[in-house]
Amino acid sequence: MAARVITVTSGKGGVGKTTTTANLAVALASLGKQVICIDADIGLRNLDLILGMENRIVNDIVDVVEGRCKLRQAMIRHKTMPDLWLVPAAQTRDKTAVSPTQMVEIVKELRNDFHFVLIDSPAGIERGFRNAVAPADEVLIVTNPEVSAVRDADRIIGLIEADARKLPVRLIINRVKADMIRRGEMLSPDDVIDILAISLIGIVPEDEDVLIAGNRGAPDPNSRAGQSFRNIARRLMGEDVPLERLDNSGNLFQRLARLFSG
Amino acid sequence: MSSLFDRLLGRRHRGSSLTAKQRLQLVLVTDRSNLTPEKLQQMKDEIIAVISKYVNISPDKVKIDVEQRQRDSWLVADIPLRGMTDSSSLREGIEDA
Repeated sequence: MAARVITVTSGKGGVGKTTTTANLAVALASLGKQVICIDADIGLRNLDLILGMENRIVNDIVDVVEGRCKLRQAMIRHKTMPDLWLVPAAQTRDKTAVSPTQMVEIVKELRNDFHFVLIDSPAGIERGFRNAVAPADEVLIVTNPEVSAVRDADRIIGLIEADARKLPVRLIINRVKADMIRRGEMLSPDDVIDILAISLIGIVPEDEDVLIAGNRGAPDPNSRAGQSFRNIARRLMGEDVPLERLDNSGNLFQRLARLFSG
Repeated sequence: MSSLFDRLLGRRHRGSSLTAKQRLQLVLVTDRSNLTPEKLQQMKDEIIAVISKYVNISPDKVKIDVEQRQRDSWLVADIPLRGMTDSSSLREGIEDA
């Protein structure tokens, strides 16, 4: 099988890259795909924690790059989802420990054994970001409906557009709050797309189950966010899944009823 | 009263989201083109000066802006040209005849 290598990035920190990578990996694996994640956030690793694999790390990507072990020995298989693997980042080094060329070499070794290679990018536009994007066939940009996140997403889009490879880029709008949108106090998905002018692959609602899943180290496919991520996974696989109706404003009569119920 | 109608018709842009959108659109013009408002004004003044060397224009009617179309920035200029004919020279021709 020839893998699709997808880098999840954002520019801004804290918008949900790791959450997205983890949940997409779980969704794709549950849809029957062989998936391996690479945590490219060297020095600040978190994908291991969100996937609940943090206490099984023996070797990491820097050990591979510096020749202390084979790539196979740095690959950890998920306990309950055998189609899901992780190459963890190092925690005691920084982004300079790996180069974009080395990332491309590592991914090359994985391309024949997996359907999807998901790369969790660090925040920023420097070496870590360049490492994460170097091996990519496609890029997913995660943003929040919030001014700083959207501004940073625009910068990242610009950087990827300037890349000679012309990688396909698609947007995920994460942490959407339908009620705030209805009140006109949050940018809507339409607003964000008007501004960023790239193709939208999914919207994910704000969901406290995400925090709970992180606490447990177990992404929750049944949560509202989890279901949205599953829809994104299905769209990635080419299925035509209609975008979630987050603004359940309904018809005029329903709006009237809500108006008078306060 | 107007807010009641707004809510009935589902109009959402009464709150800060409109401000956010407008501010973002403005700041991204500078972010993307690397043209600060000051540099843009300087450029406009110089453009008006150059064009004035060739044709008459009304500087106060000139519109020069950076427009976003999808992800591309366009420098868009509307520059009305003032007529070249001067009525006094017309009359001179007639009186001489």
